[in-house]
Amino acid sequence: MEPVQIAEKIQGQFPDAVLSTSEYAGQVSVTVKKESIVDICRFLHDDQDTQMDLLRDICGVDYLGKRDVRFEVVYHLYSIGQRHMIRLKAPVSEEDATIASVTPVWSGANCHERECFDMFGINFEGHPDLRRVLMPEDWEGHPLRKDYPLEGPGPEEEWKGFKEVLEKAERLKEFEWNR
Amino acid sequence: MEQVRKDPLPDQQELVLSMGPQHPATHGVLRLVLELEGETVKKCTPHVGYLHRGIEKLGENRTYLNAMPLTDRLDYIASMSNNVGYCVAVERLLGVEPPPRAKFIRTMTAEMSRISSHLLWLGTHALDIGAMTVFLYAFREREWLLDLLETLTGARLTVSYPRIGGVRNDVSQEFLDSLWQFTEEFPGRLLEYETLIDQNRIWLKRTKGIGVVSAEDAINLGFTGPMVRGSGIPYDVRKFAPYDAYDQVEFEVPTGTAGDTYDRYRVRMEEFRQSNKIIRQCIEKLPKGPVMTPDSPKFTLPAKESVMQEMESLIHHFVLITKGPIASPEGEIYSAIEGPKGELGFYFISDGTGNPYRMRLRSPSYVHAMSLPYLTEGSLVADVIAVIGTMDLVLGEVDR
Amino acid sequence: MLLDESGVVEVEKGVKVVPGANTIITTLDKVINWGRLSAIWPMTFGLACCAIEMMTSGSAHYDLDRFGIIFRASPRQSDVMIIAGTVSKKMAPILRRVYDQMPEPRYVIAMGSCASSGGVFNTYSTVQGGDLIVPVDVYIPGCPPRPEALMDGLLKLQDKMRKEHFRWSRFR
Repeated sequence: MEPVQIAEKIQGQFPDAVLSTSEYAGQVSVTVKKESIVDICRFLHDDQDTQMDLLRDICGVDYLGKRDVRFEVVYHLYSIGQRHMIRLKAPVSEEDATIASVTPVWSGANCHERECFDMFGINFEGHPDLRRVLMPEDWEGHPLRKDYPLEGPGPEEEWKGFKEVLEKAERLKEFEWNR
Repeated sequence: MEQVRKDPLPDQQELVLSMGPQHPATHGVLRLVLELEGETVKKCTPHVGYLHRGIEKLGENRTYLNAMPLTDRLDYIASMSNNVGYCVAVERLLGVEPPPRAKFIRTMTAEMSRISSHLLWLGTHALDIGAMTVFLYAFREREWLLDLLETLTGARLTVSYPRIGGVRNDVSQEFLDSLWQFTEEFPGRLLEYETLIDQNRIWLKRTKGIGVVSAEDAINLGFTGPMVRGSGIPYDVRKFAPYDAYDQVEFEVPTGTAGDTYDRYRVRMEEFRQSNKIIRQCIEKLPKGPVMTPDSPKFTLPAKESVMQEMESLIHHFVLITKGPIASPEGEIYSAIEGPKGELGFYFISDGTGNPYRMRLRSPSYVHAMSLPYLTEGSLVADVIAVIGTMDLVLGEVDR
Repeated sequence: MLLDESGVVEVEKGVKVVPGANTIITTLDKVINWGRLSAIWPMTFGLACCAIEMMTSGSAHYDLDRFGIIFRASPRQSDVMIIAGTVSKKMAPILRRVYDQMPEPRYVIAMGSCASSGGVFNTYSTVQGGDLIVPVDVYIPGCPPRPEALMDGLLKLQDKMRKEHFRWSRFR
């Protein structure tokens, strides 16, 4: 199926959930409401014509200052049988940063959603084990947001574990051979 | 570090073992917390993030050209593949078409890096299981390839050779001669490795039936690459959505049947031979012409002779180096290549400036590593090591 | 060469040999330092890309075993810790803990740009150099450094060990 046909199929099945579609360089993105994301994903997974059995990627994007709705969660789906792909986007606002998890449809969504939570702070309802994966467990802040500085928050608001290591290194310096 | 269990119940025989980040067999800084009952693994929790360097955020602050060396350090064993994937993705985003000679050179060097990555996989996998001689043999072959890469690009490991719109410099005739000689001798060396381990009773006992993944589970979990091809599904991005010169060379995609460690080992051994075949065809069919496209002056670096003599090229060069392609269109693209570990995907969002607005790297090793609990629960501790080896994890890719 | 005390020969500065009598007269510093530098046992602390170059310098083409260097995985049995790769803030406590587990005399080599100074990665999660956490003896720049550069660094560490004074005694 052509990507545009998949977009039309989604629009036909869920007419009030689709907000917009766009196309660039031969790839089609469909922006949908976040409440219906699990139903759309399940439909695309089970339907005989689309057969989207491989979830390639879930990621988040931060549009701070550029759009009204701050975050967007982007799903890339692929079908190995039919060899076509589609991109679904679900806007998530900053005040209510939650969206339903698609782990009932693809169990491989587990790790991607954990990383999206870690990097952006978006909660996934229904996720079996939502905690930080790439940053330490008690890290504060969500690094990939646009208002998080690249070099970190500075030596004062450093992560507690790293401050402890620096203090320990300072304390044990008196026992070093080459002081 | 968080506590897994506060007070173990007195009549339970469970042991919580932290296979910590510093371990000779975890191929980098992977931490596994295993709850063992005797020798059987009851629960396995992978903890990653010990090599998280913030590459995605760093890419947003660099121009498209400056962000390419960052992708070298993702899958640092096959860094040419990552660079090719990055350049293919940015070219699709900006609408740039590289010349045919550059496409063939990129295909050839990507297959060289696939062979070198699989050689390292073979060496370390065999070393973990106990066959130490294979490690030394595999590294001997790898030295030849790394020498060739150094002749061509100047660096052994982290090359940054492709450019947006082509490659940096042309290949020389002695490079091609030496590479041809390599492809002549390599099948003989492959037979040597197979003689060492293929029919060995210990190897068969330790790899057959270990880490079995069924086909539906593999796709549902998001596996790609040899992990899913070992279960019988012939999903290969080089065939499904060809890029560079892969539609002009002939090769097959080997698949397994049982989905266990032994089948994945056979799949990768066959991929050696297919890569060898692709390199030979690339050398034979290499077309003549430029290695950098002159058709997109706003996005690709112009040739040095015209920079020294024409004003317009000088301005383009200056702007591209300092600010990046500021005439880039707004849009987004997802582009995937078949890396040695699986499908390496790049998702770019461009907002019209010279820096990418969002650079997302979909790495295969992350998906594989986080699904270790599925593959190891109920097996023995020694099987955990075999499964880590067969997944071919590279922690630079897992943690980005 | 010949000194006048019953045939003692000075073969090197500070090392005297009594020919034909199986006797060498020298200082304890020289003997102990020679023993230590001839058998440096590094601990594998390979974190990222530099670990691959460390592995290749340990394998057949650029052999490290000819210097007496065998890679040991346990910190309790090793002399030198080669920090090969980027140190992230999540890994920093573990780096310090493993360094504390090594018995004296211990040395640290920072291999590569990331271990020396953070490298390309000046981000929120990277420690800008291993020497913020552990005292480093030799820095080897490069991204990644060639195996010959790693061997050069190890030989410089041997030079440093050769010049040490009284590191074996209880008088610090």
